[in-house]
Amino acid sequence: MTLADQDMKAAIAATRFGLGARPGEIAEARRDPQGFLRAQIRQEGADLLAGVASSSERLGDFREHQLEQRNARLQKAAMAAGEEGKDARLGEPDARDPVKIVGRMLRQDVGSDFGARVQLAVTTGAGFREHWANFWANHFTVSATKAITGTVIGPFENEAIRPHVFGRFADLLGAVETHPAMLTYLDQIQSIGPNSQAAEFLKTGANRRGVGRARLQPVANRSVGLNENLAREILELHTVGIGGGYTQADVTEFARAMTGLSIGGPRDPASAAGAAVFRDRAHEPGERTVMGVRYRAGGKDQTGAILGDLAAKPATATFICTKIARHFVADEPSKALVGRLEAAWRSSRGDLGRVAEALISAPEAWEPTPAKFKTPYEFIVSSYRAAGAQPENFTRIAPILTGLGQKPFSPASPKGWPEDAQSWAAPDAIVKRMQFAQAFSSAVVRDRDPKTLAAEALGARLTPDTAKAVARAETRAEGLALLLMSPEFQRR
Amino acid sequence: MNAPMITSRRGVLVGAASFGLSLQLLALPAVAADADLAKRKVIVVICRGGMDGLSVAPPVGDPEYRGLRGALALNGTALPLDGTFGLHPALTSVQALAQAGEARIAPAIATPDRARSHFEAQDVLETGAAGVYTASSGWLNRAVEALSAHRKVDALSVGPTAPLILRGKAPTASWSPGRTVDAEARLPTLLQDLYRNDPLLGPALARGLATEVMAKAAAADMGAQAPSMTAQAPATNTPQLVRQGREAARSLGVSLAGFMREPGGPQVAAISLDGFDSHANQAGLLNTRLAYMDAVLDGIHTGLGAEWKNTVVVVATEFGRTARINGTSGTDHGTASTALLLSGALKKGGIVGDWPTLKANALFENRDVAPTLDMRGLFKGVLAEHMGLDRAVLERDVFPGSAAAKPVAGLI
Repeated sequence: MTLADQDMKAAIAATRFGLGARPGEIAEARRDPQGFLRAQIRQEGADLLAGVASSSERLGDFREHQLEQRNARLQKAAMAAGEEGKDARLGEPDARDPVKIVGRMLRQDVGSDFGARVQLAVTTGAGFREHWANFWANHFTVSATKAITGTVIGPFENEAIRPHVFGRFADLLGAVETHPAMLTYLDQIQSIGPNSQAAEFLKTGANRRGVGRARLQPVANRSVGLNENLAREILELHTVGIGGGYTQADVTEFARAMTGLSIGGPRDPASAAGAAVFRDRAHEPGERTVMGVRYRAGGKDQTGAILGDLAAKPATATFICTKIARHFVADEPSKALVGRLEAAWRSSRGDLGRVAEALISAPEAWEPTPAKFKTPYEFIVSSYRAAGAQPENFTRIAPILTGLGQKPFSPASPKGWPEDAQSWAAPDAIVKRMQFAQAFSSAVVRDRDPKTLAAEALGARLTPDTAKAVARAETRAEGLALLLMSPEFQRR
Repeated sequence: MNAPMITSRRGVLVGAASFGLSLQLLALPAVAADADLAKRKVIVVICRGGMDGLSVAPPVGDPEYRGLRGALALNGTALPLDGTFGLHPALTSVQALAQAGEARIAPAIATPDRARSHFEAQDVLETGAAGVYTASSGWLNRAVEALSAHRKVDALSVGPTAPLILRGKAPTASWSPGRTVDAEARLPTLLQDLYRNDPLLGPALARGLATEVMAKAAAADMGAQAPSMTAQAPATNTPQLVRQGREAARSLGVSLAGFMREPGGPQVAAISLDGFDSHANQAGLLNTRLAYMDAVLDGIHTGLGAEWKNTVVVVATEFGRTARINGTSGTDHGTASTALLLSGALKKGGIVGDWPTLKANALFENRDVAPTLDMRGLFKGVLAEHMGLDRAVLERDVFPGSAAAKPVAGLI
């Protein structure tokens, strides 16, 4: 292992642990690079995204528009039935068409929340703090690929992730798994205990009850029971990991324990609208056994107890510490580094602030050769930071990230975005990064000297080859584009 | 070339059969002429998320099906296929191909993985290994590597990220729809110089730029496109967004076909379709996803034109889903699913592999469709019969440790 000198350490602090250096940042970090990072760790968590509404507000709006949508459909159907022979689909829907309103709402919520996140990432002086929060948001992925979840991703980060990223892992886990964003994303809200009162009622009682309702929602078309999606992903992706020693039976038992966990709907008191609720009547009665531990009957306490035990398992520490090392340092991190993080996790009983400190204290994390290839998000954010740019409109970034394979807030699966160079350095992706660099540089460079920008962005990490190429560039824009596309800027 | 017997591959087979050669020998690809082999193409479509085989090809004739699937059963709406199976109503192009003998289903196929984890199962599907974390390269990449020993073979992945199935030693290209490169700009040349010692970025940029050049040529050559099989009457009540999605999907397939038709274009391609994880409200979700898939396949078929007879398309997923519906009008992670095999060179035949039925005692672990066919057997069959890959190399390098999964014979 090569040791980094003070200048190299300052550059690594800003670019590997942080989100890329803004002009002046490397100079600021130089006096005490580790101290510069340590000062960004704080008990109260990461910065909150500005201007983001609460989950319950968003979900309330969403439900309201869904209702309007349904009413409009029924109205159309009634019109069609009344005027047989006439095509009820004729006639353009007007601007107040609820279908369109819901679509627009979604785009606005996802767009403005993501904009707030980019704004914070581009401007913050505490890049490591934000980078650390981004890691946890990806670890606990929720995605706008599901419409209702899309409206609450910003609120999810603010309410469940950001306050807890330097606190106890158990608290973070509890907040995340009971948040409406996760409950909707992984289908928990409709999961009902097959032997619960609610299931009995839906199977038998509903047939006898109000004929009018039965006609709107025929009971035979509604299946009632378990959905094991959230239970499985908590085990596989959020805690012990795939090799963590659980079986299919554990997944099913955990899913039974979590039944009742849902979000407030139109029939709940107004205070519960869009908030996480526990429905005793939908909870599967009885004791549960998950990974060899028996949990006595007891409503929502069962879920809490299981989550607590999962958070404390050594396999959870190993799985997540490996992931942290892989994210911040290398696709194949050294055992020594993972071991240090695990030791900090163990001795602090899952205090994530202590784990973050262990990361920045680990000599393996300061290896001068950059091993991490930036994700598209990291590349775009660090480009803005390098240019010291303040774009007026962050929504322009969305189509660029989509083209690079990282559509805002929309990972394709609950595993989140990949972490490895192999995934992101495909030939097509490199060409698209180059196209972005070209367009971005022409737009932002103005009269700035790309040689200075290169020195400010990379410090001691700037190689002679890149420095020479930037100096020889034909135009300022070409120089900046070369900097952004240089091997060392593409990595961290 | 000692004509007249080698007028076509089928001609050879008929001729050989008349000399009383064994069927085993007939399955050997060595009889195909080299020039013929050079045109052979294979496309792997990976459907991510665990595609529900019982929806792709619903076994409407299986007496247990309707009871297990309840409201999700497609008995009334499935498109006819054979006595037992139908096809999902959104798969109109696939059905048209099936009726022409150019599409078959493998209704109970699975990888060797049984953990029901998306990510583990996708790894196994793509590495072609017997278990997870035993290989870091994709089987399709190793196939390209093996084929390259005999002839020039290029591979292309569609999409902005590189799928595991095509990662490995053999260099591969990737492409996704978007703007083209300004050929006049100096930047590409300057960067190639800056990347000369970079083992990751150097080759990636070079291949990306080469693909861009090919994309332009392909776009120019495609010119007037063959009309779609399903172009007549796109239902007027299809919401506009769905219709636009279908058109985009179809043009994606047409673009991929365009690449493969170009002289010097790739003979091997992989494309991923996401979003098949149907835990809740499965009917609507699969309707959209399968319509998208059908449009991509239609685009590939029509875009390939005369090359369709040289091309095999395999559609596969990491696992199937539970036979029973769950509590939220969806299905959870299961085991065997349905794969599709499409080609202008397909041999006629029924389903590929056996149907285990949905009887209670036939279900795997009392919940999933039981696998009767190892996914690797299907892949091996295609690579051997269609691409002419040597059996020994196939077993040793492409699918090591898969001796128990015999290559499916008689497909092509």
